[in-house]
Amino acid sequence: MNKNTFAIGGVHPHDNKISRECAIQPLPLAPTVYISVAQHIGAPSVPCVAVGDKVKVGQVIAQPGGFVSAFIHSSVSGTVKSIGPRADLAGRPATHIEIAVEGDEWAEGIDTSDTLVTTIPDDAKAIIEKIRLGGVVGLGGATFPTHVKLSPPPGSKCERVIINGCECEPYLTSDFRTLLEKGEQVVVGAALLKKAMGDVPCTIAIEENKPEAIAHIREVIAKLGYKGIEVMVMKMMYPQGGEKQLIDAVMHRQVGSGALPISVGAVVQNVATALAVYDAVQKNKPIVDNSVTVTGECFPRQANLLVRVGTPLRYIIDYLGGVPEEAAKVISGGPMMGRAVANLDAATVKGTGALLFLTEKQTRRAPESNCIRCGKCADACPMGLEPFLLNKLARAKDWDAMEQNAAQDCIECGCCLYSCPAHIPLLDNIRIGKGAVMGNIRARAAAAKAAAEAAKAAETAKK
Amino acid sequence: MSKLIISPNPHIHSKDSTQSLMRDVVIALAPAVLCSFVFYGWREILVMAVSVASCVLLEWAITKYMLKKPSTVGDLSAVITGILLALNVPYTTPWWVIVIGSVVAIGVAKMTFGGLGQNIWNPALVGRVFLLVSFPTYMTTWSQPQGLFGADAVTGATPLGAIQEGLMQGATVQDIMAEHGYNYGQMLFANLGGSAGEVCALALLIGFVYLCVRRVIKPWITLSIFVTVALVSLVFWGINPARFTDPVFNLLTGGLILGACFMATDYVTSPMSAWGGVIFGVGIGLLTVLIRYFGSYPEGVSFAILIMNSVVPLINMGFKQKKFGRK
Repeated sequence: MNKNTFAIGGVHPHDNKISRECAIQPLPLAPTVYISVAQHIGAPSVPCVAVGDKVKVGQVIAQPGGFVSAFIHSSVSGTVKSIGPRADLAGRPATHIEIAVEGDEWAEGIDTSDTLVTTIPDDAKAIIEKIRLGGVVGLGGATFPTHVKLSPPPGSKCERVIINGCECEPYLTSDFRTLLEKGEQVVVGAALLKKAMGDVPCTIAIEENKPEAIAHIREVIAKLGYKGIEVMVMKMMYPQGGEKQLIDAVMHRQVGSGALPISVGAVVQNVATALAVYDAVQKNKPIVDNSVTVTGECFPRQANLLVRVGTPLRYIIDYLGGVPEEAAKVISGGPMMGRAVANLDAATVKGTGALLFLTEKQTRRAPESNCIRCGKCADACPMGLEPFLLNKLARAKDWDAMEQNAAQDCIECGCCLYSCPAHIPLLDNIRIGKGAVMGNIRARAAAAKAAAEAAKAAETAKK
Repeated sequence: MSKLIISPNPHIHSKDSTQSLMRDVVIALAPAVLCSFVFYGWREILVMAVSVASCVLLEWAITKYMLKKPSTVGDLSAVITGILLALNVPYTTPWWVIVIGSVVAIGVAKMTFGGLGQNIWNPALVGRVFLLVSFPTYMTTWSQPQGLFGADAVTGATPLGAIQEGLMQGATVQDIMAEHGYNYGQMLFANLGGSAGEVCALALLIGFVYLCVRRVIKPWITLSIFVTVALVSLVFWGINPARFTDPVFNLLTGGLILGACFMATDYVTSPMSAWGGVIFGVGIGLLTVLIRYFGSYPEGVSFAILIMNSVVPLINMGFKQKKFGRK
């Protein structure tokens, strides 16, 4: 009863961490990489290289396209072959920079040694600026630019930094391996984030199914001697790694509808992001690679690979022996929230954390039957919503009623559909409704803003 | 791999299906069914066979010939309705009465509303109450358990019926209990006559625990019925033990355990939320005791559940899960 977890809902899928013993191995360089300029939330970056340019590893190849945007660096050394549209993981076209790999020459000023740098700079602003220059984005899945998250709006104050090491999705083990193999760097990263937010306390949250990681990180904290960083052991529960759920579990505070975590004084960063922060600040090394779990019962070679950003999926898969015959679905990410890959020629992005292969038997949905009003969906919903009701409202296209019943709060974690015994596609329908509701909310906000501006203009004209 | 499947998340599903949940309910009912066979013999096996077969066949025929839709009997819910109906009637009930009961249960109470999940009232209970009102002779001629190879049945009254009759003749509860030699141990392990499902309280409770352990149902509805029945009858019994029966007697008789464990907990006709379930259970408990003490029928569980079934939509509106981060 006393275990730390969030207050409402949640499910217990089998964790299936079959790749947990696979140490992170560097993947040999692909002959060509394709680096997307739209691999974070916010405005796409603007390429700043031309076809034919020679680039080095870590050199900026695209600049932020707005405030919420990020630098993108070349992940390889070689020649820019083309800049143009290419299908991404979902099959949608996005601008990619194609680079033919020649050798592996790193840009000036990047420390590629393994020496651990534990001295924390004094200047919080300088830390955040280095994070920005390193192109760091949230690697837990949302890929929100980290420097924006670390610059809270005036009036709000951070009270605690939470490092998210829950990895509550089944199958995924890259964060677990990172905690085990790069624990020192993650803890220094946590100390940097803590410093950047004004020396607030920091909690590293790890689920109880990773006892080795919990023990190791505790050891590292003691060894490095940082004050105010603690490990919190979390009960195994999906979706604990969801930002709002984790804040609730760690701080017992609930982020309001439509509000940001900072409104309750929390800043959450993933383990892989903490490592990227360490690299960017202490080693001047921008995000050029990330750990990718390649797994699935039908996949013959489980692996955790260190993959350069922009590596084609097919190259990774072929390196490990090709797509197994039984595989029916390839997922980028975990089985609960990951996205089905439509295009194996697509390239990895900063946020690619896993490639999961599922057989048809594992993933095929059973035919839908009548709702038996068992309430399992409502019990499972971590946001306290009523998926059975939202599903009906979505089918009736009653967007106003959906808004009243908080469809906009849905975090699309999939718990409702996962637990529905009648196999009703609850989340599919709710997602459609949520899109319409969010559109309505945005349109109202825009109209209100326009009305306020018109009133202001009329006021000025009167004078 | 020939083609990749593209569909939105989640990509995996829990092992639960409607069929697996209903199968668990059938398993949970098995001890009570076996007990009824042992106590009442081959005639109860016949009642059970007729009831289950007619419920399943009827649902199959309605989906195939009237609705012209794929059959839904595979979800096993009609099997449960059949078992519950059989457990709710005396083993001496003629087969054609049972067939009429299943027509009302499946045809009227379930399929007319749109099948599983759409019905307002528990189908088996609607069937049972219809038979009780239409064929009172068959439904109230209870017989003493005779065992699998027993001799001819000895007709007797159920404990609740005997008490009501005795009270009307001016006797006190204590006199009636002593006269019939009722004791609670006998009620817990083998009842003294009544519907087949009332025969062994312990078998029903084992099934209930199984359902809770398997997380098919949550215990709140059942427990709140038990607690309410105990508390309300404790108050009345405390005031006048000569006129009102005691809490243990009320808990162990009249199909209360069967109703509380297996019929009040029917997903379709009970509230969604835990607190809604508690209110629902309190309502059932209260109505049961009031009908038993003051109603013209000796037994009140069926009516209490059906009345509370009717207000489930209201309870669902009033008791919702608190939403995350909202007041």
